[in-house]
Amino acid sequence: MDMSSLIPPLVGGALIGLSASLMLLFNGRVAGISGIVGGLLTPVRGDTAWRVLFFSGLLIGGVLLRLVRPESFGASAEVSAGGLALVAGAGVLVGIGSRLGNGCTSGHGVCGISRGSMRSIAATMTFMATGMLTVFVVRHLL
Amino acid sequence: MRASISSFLSGLLFALGLGVGGMTDPAKVIGFLDIAGDWDFRLALVMAGAIGVHALLRPLILKRGQPFFAQSFPRFSVTGLDKKLLTGAALFGVGWGLAGFCPGPALTSLSTGTVRMLVFVPAMFAGMYLVQVLQSRRAPAPASPSQSGAGSPVLASGSKP
Repeated sequence: MDMSSLIPPLVGGALIGLSASLMLLFNGRVAGISGIVGGLLTPVRGDTAWRVLFFSGLLIGGVLLRLVRPESFGASAEVSAGGLALVAGAGVLVGIGSRLGNGCTSGHGVCGISRGSMRSIAATMTFMATGMLTVFVVRHLL
Repeated sequence: MRASISSFLSGLLFALGLGVGGMTDPAKVIGFLDIAGDWDFRLALVMAGAIGVHALLRPLILKRGQPFFAQSFPRFSVTGLDKKLLTGAALFGVGWGLAGFCPGPALTSLSTGTVRMLVFVPAMFAGMYLVQVLQSRRAPAPASPSQSGAGSPVLASGSKP
């Protein structure tokens, strides 16, 4: 493996860690994506503007990446109708799971683990395990 | 206003980090989760980098006693493990493994405009909405916004102005 391929993941991770730190320093918030955008679905007065702005930042960041670093999104493969049904099912599971479990890869995996939260460590180990199991079943058993 | 700007910039930086790190490429995510195949461990470095930076900066930030544009830092009242946390995390992992997307990268990838993202993101919002509506019914009088998550992995962010 080319050692230089280790740099982008580390740099990307550092940017995420910096973003989470800015969120804490300026807004006093945990940079948990599912919690931030989930709060927009059942809005509470006076608690939406910052969520909308964070969400907008994510979207515009995506547009910038598309312009400057399109390879970030990988090769876009055609998805069959059956594939789209699977994608929809996966989306529903990600949505249900992240709200039921009070966090996703960012809230638990980054912010929670950074502060040594047992709940976040357990949640991260759990979703890593079921994610790996799912890929194992789909790729190697089916 | 200032809080909105910092929130926007955090979101922007977050998206750039996801993209540079490789989290927005579902093939890489699935390659990372495929430990029985040709395992690509590199996405673990994204998490390591993020945790490294945040774990280092967090104590320095908390020394301030107060965020710049908010009343207080988040407080976490729930500590133990429970079935809801683990069930949710387990379901989340299954969806993540099936599609290769978790919420941040999915929203960042909306800019690709692919059918895949236009299906995944609304489905994800539907799942989130379902849980939030059911939870607010089960626990009436959602007096504090912390019930809706407030971006925190556990309840009671406590930073409502």
